Amino acid sequence: MSDASASPTERKKVTIDGNEAAAYVAHKLNEVIAIYPITPSSNMGEWADEWSAQGRKNLWGTVPTVVEMQSEGGAAGAVHGALQAGALSCTFTASQGLLLMIPNMFKIAGELTPTVFHIAARTVATHALSIFGDHSDVMSTRATGWAMLSSNSVQEVMDMACIAQAATLEARVPFIHFFDGFRTSHEVMKIEQLSDGDLRAMIDDELVRKHRERALSPEHPVIRGTAQNPDVFFQAREAANTYYTAVPGIVEKAMQKFAKQVGREYKLFQYIGAPDAERVIVMMGSGVETAEETVEALMANGEKVGLLKVRLYRPFSLTHFLTALPTTTRSIAVLDRTKEYGSSGEPLYLDVVNAILESFNAGTLPLKSIPKIIGGRYGLSSKEFTPAMVKAVFDEQKKPAAKNHFTVGIDDDVTHTSLPVDAAFSVEKPDVVRAIFYGLGADGTVSANKNSIKIIGEDTPNYAQGYFVYDSKKSGSTTVSHLRFGPRPIRSIYLIDRASFVACHQWFFLEKFDVLRAAAPGGTFLLNSLYGPDKVWDQLPRIIQKQIVDKKLKLYVIDAYDVARKTGMGGRINTIMQTCFFAISGVLPKDEAIAAIKNSIKKTYGRKGEHVVQQNYKAVDQTLENLFEVNVPATVSSTIEMPPVVSPKAPEFVRKVTAPIIGGDGDALPVSAIPADGTFPTGTSQWEKRNIAMEIPVWESEICIQCNKCALVCPHAAIRVKVYDPQALSGAPATYKSMDYKGIEYKGMKYTVQVAPEDCTGCGLCVEVCPAKSKKEAKVKAINMKPQPPIRETERANFEFFLGLADVDRRTVKVDTVKGSQFLRPLFEFSGACSGCGETPYVKLVSQLFGDRALVANATGCSSIYGGNLPTTPWATDVNGRGPAWSNSLFEDNAEFGLGMRVTADKLMEMARELVARMKPEIGAELADALLTASQADEAGIYEQRTRVAQLKQKLAAVKSPDASRLHSIADNLVKRSVWIMGGDGWAYDIGYGGLDHVLASGKNVNILVLDTEVYSNTGGQMSKSTPRSAVAKFAAAGKPTAKKDLSMMAMMYNNVYVARVAMGSNDAQTVRAFIEAEAYDGPSIIIAYSHCIAHGIDMARGMTNQKLAVETGYWPLFRYNPALIAEGKNPFKLDSKAPKGALADFASLETRFNVLMKSNPDRAKELMKLAEADIQTRWALYEQFAQEEAPAPHAPATTNEPR
Amino acid sequence: MDLSTTYLGLKLKNPLVASASPLSRSLDSMRHLEDAGVSAIVMYSIFEEQLTHEAEALEHYKSYGTDSFAEALSYFPDTGEYNLGPEEHLKLLSKASKELGIPVIGSLNGITDGGWIDYAKQMEEAGAAALELNVYYIATDPSMDSQAVEQRYTEILRHVKRAVRIPVAVKLSPFFSSLAHTAQRLAADGADGLVLFNRFYQPDIDLDELDVKPGVGLSDSYDNRLPMRWIGILHGRVKASLAATSGIHTHEDMLKLLMVGADVTMMCSALLMHGPQHAAKVLHDLEKWMQEHEYVSVEQMKGSLSHKSVADPSAYERANYMKALNRFKLLV
Repeated sequence: MSDASASPTERKKVTIDGNEAAAYVAHKLNEVIAIYPITPSSNMGEWADEWSAQGRKNLWGTVPTVVEMQSEGGAAGAVHGALQAGALSCTFTASQGLLLMIPNMFKIAGELTPTVFHIAARTVATHALSIFGDHSDVMSTRATGWAMLSSNSVQEVMDMACIAQAATLEARVPFIHFFDGFRTSHEVMKIEQLSDGDLRAMIDDELVRKHRERALSPEHPVIRGTAQNPDVFFQAREAANTYYTAVPGIVEKAMQKFAKQVGREYKLFQYIGAPDAERVIVMMGSGVETAEETVEALMANGEKVGLLKVRLYRPFSLTHFLTALPTTTRSIAVLDRTKEYGSSGEPLYLDVVNAILESFNAGTLPLKSIPKIIGGRYGLSSKEFTPAMVKAVFDEQKKPAAKNHFTVGIDDDVTHTSLPVDAAFSVEKPDVVRAIFYGLGADGTVSANKNSIKIIGEDTPNYAQGYFVYDSKKSGSTTVSHLRFGPRPIRSIYLIDRASFVACHQWFFLEKFDVLRAAAPGGTFLLNSLYGPDKVWDQLPRIIQKQIVDKKLKLYVIDAYDVARKTGMGGRINTIMQTCFFAISGVLPKDEAIAAIKNSIKKTYGRKGEHVVQQNYKAVDQTLENLFEVNVPATVSSTIEMPPVVSPKAPEFVRKVTAPIIGGDGDALPVSAIPADGTFPTGTSQWEKRNIAMEIPVWESEICIQCNKCALVCPHAAIRVKVYDPQALSGAPATYKSMDYKGIEYKGMKYTVQVAPEDCTGCGLCVEVCPAKSKKEAKVKAINMKPQPPIRETERANFEFFLGLADVDRRTVKVDTVKGSQFLRPLFEFSGACSGCGETPYVKLVSQLFGDRALVANATGCSSIYGGNLPTTPWATDVNGRGPAWSNSLFEDNAEFGLGMRVTADKLMEMARELVARMKPEIGAELADALLTASQADEAGIYEQRTRVAQLKQKLAAVKSPDASRLHSIADNLVKRSVWIMGGDGWAYDIGYGGLDHVLASGKNVNILVLDTEVYSNTGGQMSKSTPRSAVAKFAAAGKPTAKKDLSMMAMMYNNVYVARVAMGSNDAQTVRAFIEAEAYDGPSIIIAYSHCIAHGIDMARGMTNQKLAVETGYWPLFRYNPALIAEGKNPFKLDSKAPKGALADFASLETRFNVLMKSNPDRAKELMKLAEADIQTRWALYEQFAQEEAPAPHAPATTNEPR
Repeated sequence: MDLSTTYLGLKLKNPLVASASPLSRSLDSMRHLEDAGVSAIVMYSIFEEQLTHEAEALEHYKSYGTDSFAEALSYFPDTGEYNLGPEEHLKLLSKASKELGIPVIGSLNGITDGGWIDYAKQMEEAGAAALELNVYYIATDPSMDSQAVEQRYTEILRHVKRAVRIPVAVKLSPFFSSLAHTAQRLAADGADGLVLFNRFYQPDIDLDELDVKPGVGLSDSYDNRLPMRWIGILHGRVKASLAATSGIHTHEDMLKLLMVGADVTMMCSALLMHGPQHAAKVLHDLEKWMQEHEYVSVEQMKGSLSHKSVADPSAYERANYMKALNRFKLLV
């Protein structure tokens, strides 16, 4: 974190990322900040909120008010209002968030209102969502009338944030200040922090005063936002022209003022390169830095090349653009980081073409000749953009028939747009230390590296850069850290592919990917190894040995886990591996480095007590004693090969497309390999054997009582139960376990609880809920955690055998019981959710109960990421190939998206029924009548209807008529479809609430599942309206002061909506019943499911216990409101939990979200906790009253058919 | 009627002290206790182990899952400085010491030398009139002999005594091979008082869950028999104040413990059950009883029925057990 306490004039060196740089200036220069989380911009809002919560003041000595809104649309609206009322106001966003701001942006610009929106530019969702960076979002705002200023590096983010604010106040035109999502927003760099003195010098208080004067005030009222007619609207649009023509000059002036004050010179279009360049690249964004680095290298080789950096993109100043170009320019290549289908070129390209043509026509083109112009696309969704690619573009420009509308960085083997790239080309300088670290999210590698960057950035004159790559899984995720240290500012804005130092912090990575691929010859390889220096060589895979020998790498080993154990660090190896890096990388003299690490330990752990500090010191010292260089043999001797990424039994698509993505080779896949419309096969997670669990559950059949609770709570469908014919056991592996089934319903059959050893994440929830204990030794349950490696092979064979056993006939299953439901095959398996996730057991339950006929609309968030993020996805199919058909539209529209599915399913069924009725003679009256009158109320009914549909299709195949053909195409819709609309509380309570409310009011038969974690989990735990009072969350750093919104009551007030509040860990039977009832209810249903979450700061293995306490203490009462009961003369409201017992603190004390406030602000914590207790009592009293009421009079049905 | 007594060198207005309990978690309830007449309050304990555990747990859970997933690199805001030490406790101690008219005794439960010493000093600085060292230690390791256990007590005491100037009492467990000897040794090592006894909460078995559940039960008057015997035995033999704790519910309980030699009696369960005002009732009853029985002061009765003051001290000893058995036989 940067330090706000710098003196007014002193300029500090700080090591921060782009988001912090933008937030720093924005917080200094604003008074009202409206925020909403969206990756990768969320951190800007988080910084602003934290700083205000800590009382940090802005430039004028007041603490900015930070307000979280329900959506980005809401944030833009709030900023609009704040600006109109005279505040200096801003917001931060990206991607879809920016799109939601567009309507307000037109207004804000139309009213000539100064503000700066800071944008971490991110891909807009099209065929797929992507959280990564490109310019498709900012380019979508070109028509809004906002000035657009681009920053290319972390330093520029800080500088341009200030320049934009200075310029907007003078110009009155609002500014988008954008920088590349992740590549700049998350890149950690050593930069110079602007001082308060700098900011004061840049911001003219007189302009602030004028802004206030223009504000709405009843003291001098005006009206703004009128409706205008054809007579004057047009003129008004032209009346603002002068403001726009003035912008370039104003920005230029601000840049000059900035240069004078700070020393860094910026221009609207900044040219670097040969003064007599013939080939020039025009571009903006972080790729500019890479291009600059490449231009310097090419110039050194005598090439006449140059780069024109676009900073002020809108308004696009033709004059400034043309003046900046060398007059010798003969060829211009314009690079756009966006894709616009159907356009004659991408936006920047078109601007350049227009600038050249328009000036040529006007006779003002300052160039010696009209240049050739080509345009190309690069870097979509943070695709790598390297010097080799820059060179490829310059090389293309040399060609007489240079390719236009090209792509660079991919292999387009379909429309052949891509340029050839010489991968061997590099401009990396030898005096820059380039280090790559492979770690696990859980082993602290990234945080240790961030710490190393700080040490080097802040304690030495060296420049430092850190960029971190994470995989898409929320459990057992792999991280790759790319660190550069060098004597000059670092412009290499791409991943390291020639590393002078490679560290592998986990041995098992050696089997998963080629960790030495990027190692440079003569480099150093540090390996965390169980094997010592004498034994390690023989254990290395051949590919690793070969590279060590061929590249002449120095090899060091340390048993970091052993050192951690011996020094009391438990499983934390971060300090140890960090010490190794400093000890052998040579980035700092060893003693100096060790002193710096110790100093940093003191800073980090000092407040936790001297013993923690000493423990870490000990780890540092022990590290040095246990770090060994290995004598590398001259020849490769290993016969150990890397196993195939996926089984050879996997389908072709998985082998050819999915496997390379899993193996880290997705970049090499050509265009032809990728589906053009975003459609992928389901059920692919089964092929990605991740083996992330150190321990997995092992079944003790003699203790088991066959309750199936373990299977119910398993978040990853990795523990399963089956009943089957004893004869099926022939051919079972020797270690396969089974027992007689105990109930009467499957008398004489066998029963097995089986674990998927390579898919289990080792969360331990199953063991926690297992109620069966050994009579001899109570600590032994019917399932117990045991180390995975020794049993991996045998259990893999057992699981395969288990999968081969026939699933139970759904018609025989008591689906409305916990036990019965778990005999249904999960069609949601092995997701990338957090280990111990509280959401996925509910999602899996839906897939079991209704998956073979379900359409799922999934709001963006955790569930769409663990449910739909490549490389592999968890939604699966049954043996008949049926399974949930899943899609994600957006964050804000999910209820509507699902309603569309429902209406369509209904319509198609109606059309099919009409056709069946019409074609009775051809179909046969008996089958037609049966099809039209089928009840489909249970599994047997559905089975029978499916049989009838199959018969129908057979008959239709023989009929040649348009009706027959139409009916054949929609006949499947005669089987009842189950529409599920699911998402988190951020969607249901906040951004999607309007739509959700509308869908509830529609009366349509949809099932809404709210996975309520009480925060925006996917973006890192920001407050939603579901967050309880007194809990700390991001955007509620001081504890949420208001009570949780009771969505269940709001839905209940419609009277005709089925509503349930469930918590599986408290009452699993009620949960299963609620899901069955909700689906059976012919109208809208909503289930609000308490989902414990990593963002609560809890022991995830005990998530179900927390749920139990949440219910016991009244924090989360359970109920079902079933309008169908009204017709039976019963009270539709059934309270399913008992009166609150004990204090809220009994539950809250288990969760960091509550505890943390007790530690940071005990007085406030006590006050809020008291109010939260009162919330519980009030709500309970209300619920009890509902439960005691007489049955109400029957009301109108949920909906009626539309009149014809 | 002179109810005053001296405990740890502190002149107290009466022999009823509120022992460490949740009632000393707020200034308000401490005021209620003072208003009800207690002569001193032992504040709830600082548990070093708990503080360390809380700090570690907070750090663990706040950072759990961080830097693993691109969209959620952390899950909690940085709310600046955390209060991970005993600050809250010390703040209350300091306030209570200043604002109450009765002495406030700090109570400390530690596991490391550092913790005992640091916190003891901080409590002294916060205004504690005295300290009570609550050595809540259950020796479960069969290889640890009784000397080592005793050693632990004396070492802690010596460390703390060196660190502070205020009087220090040690709250003891009844489970010593030679309690009298241990008591004497502690007194010799500087204990200004002994608090008898620490009531270890005994766990219970949950037959439904087949699990061991921590049991937190309140005492009743019968529980004062154990301290009664040992105070009776120790009175006049160790150079330290004696405080009786466990099972002090009524004025009769107080009278008995005072008569066997306690300098003060400490009340907890009864106050939790009946509220702070119960102290007023007990003190009223005490005074009434003393009047009725023509006692003029507490000092007068202190130790009057102790081991060395009674005619037949064997009642405190093994013979007592034999007699009880005999009587039982007769009754049958």
